[in-house]
Amino acid sequence: MEILENKYVLIALTFGVYAVSKHLQKRTNILLLNPILVSIAVIIIFLKFTGIDYSKYKEASTAIDIWLSPCVVAMGVPLYLQLDNIKKLIVPILVSQVVGCLVGLFSVVYIAKWLGATDEVVLSLAPKSVTTPIAMQVSEMMGGIPALTVSAVVIAGIFGGVFGLSIFGLSRAKTPIGESLSMGTASHAVGTSRVMEISTRYGAYAGVGLSLNGILTAIIAPTILSWIM
Amino acid sequence: MALQLFIIFAMLAFGELVVWLTGVPVPSSIIGMLTLTFLLKIGVIKLQWVKSASNVLTGNLTFFFIAPGVSLILYYELIKSQWIPITVSIIVSTILVMVTTVWTYKLVRKHNGNSRK
Repeated sequence: MEILENKYVLIALTFGVYAVSKHLQKRTNILLLNPILVSIAVIIIFLKFTGIDYSKYKEASTAIDIWLSPCVVAMGVPLYLQLDNIKKLIVPILVSQVVGCLVGLFSVVYIAKWLGATDEVVLSLAPKSVTTPIAMQVSEMMGGIPALTVSAVVIAGIFGGVFGLSIFGLSRAKTPIGESLSMGTASHAVGTSRVMEISTRYGAYAGVGLSLNGILTAIIAPTILSWIM
Repeated sequence: MALQLFIIFAMLAFGELVVWLTGVPVPSSIIGMLTLTFLLKIGVIKLQWVKSASNVLTGNLTFFFIAPGVSLILYYELIKSQWIPITVSIIVSTILVMVTTVWTYKLVRKHNGNSRK
């Protein structure tokens, strides 16, 4: 079974599982068959079943991880394409981002504390709305568990990606720009990619929410967390 | 494609440099993203120099969350004992963020209405 621990085998597996689960969702149109959710589950089951140690997978997947930051940089292109629209809406965008950032931090911290989560877990959950590299940095800085933060980010992302559009429907705000923006604010890259699937124009607004909340959280969260914890 | 990837990684390298020099608590990728936007805006970088690489990367953003997500496997016991506070707080908070952000945006835009859109 040693061949299965080979890094190229594990990378191929990750791409393959993702490609198949993406195709599966397209064919069935079932939102809960989210490609990330399905891929993570399949790979975890695969590792358990074959007895491959997680550290082997982690080692192989660093080749994939280095592309996460370039992805964030690449989002500068859709951001540029929307600059004029953003400029016209700069006040509502900035105000809503500050509100979203604060609501995200305070609500997750107090609800988790109230339900009995330990401090270490609360700190890991706090930056859950923002994109993985930022969330991990904040978590690490504050004494959380970065890996749990990754999971929290994934849960917030998948939940938003799967149910976000229905939640906006129920909220009756009826503003596609505001909804796309909020999708990026609450569910980072997963929410953004969900909006991007519908339209690149709105996807850019989700990208704005993602980046602004990321920046705000990176700056505000450490101060607020040390204050309320 | 070499030029496209050069520009993207150069932006990232610049972000790393800024973080290294100033120690700002902002990820280098965000600085790189904003720098790319700025350089596109002032015309130093032409859109067609980065467009195709950007499309490939942003079009498959979710793929890059799979490997970090697999780390869930390490925290089975912790998650098992605290899965209720973890999932409930994340889900409720995510709903609250969505609803408050979208309504704040809507209300501020309305009261800030120099131009109606």
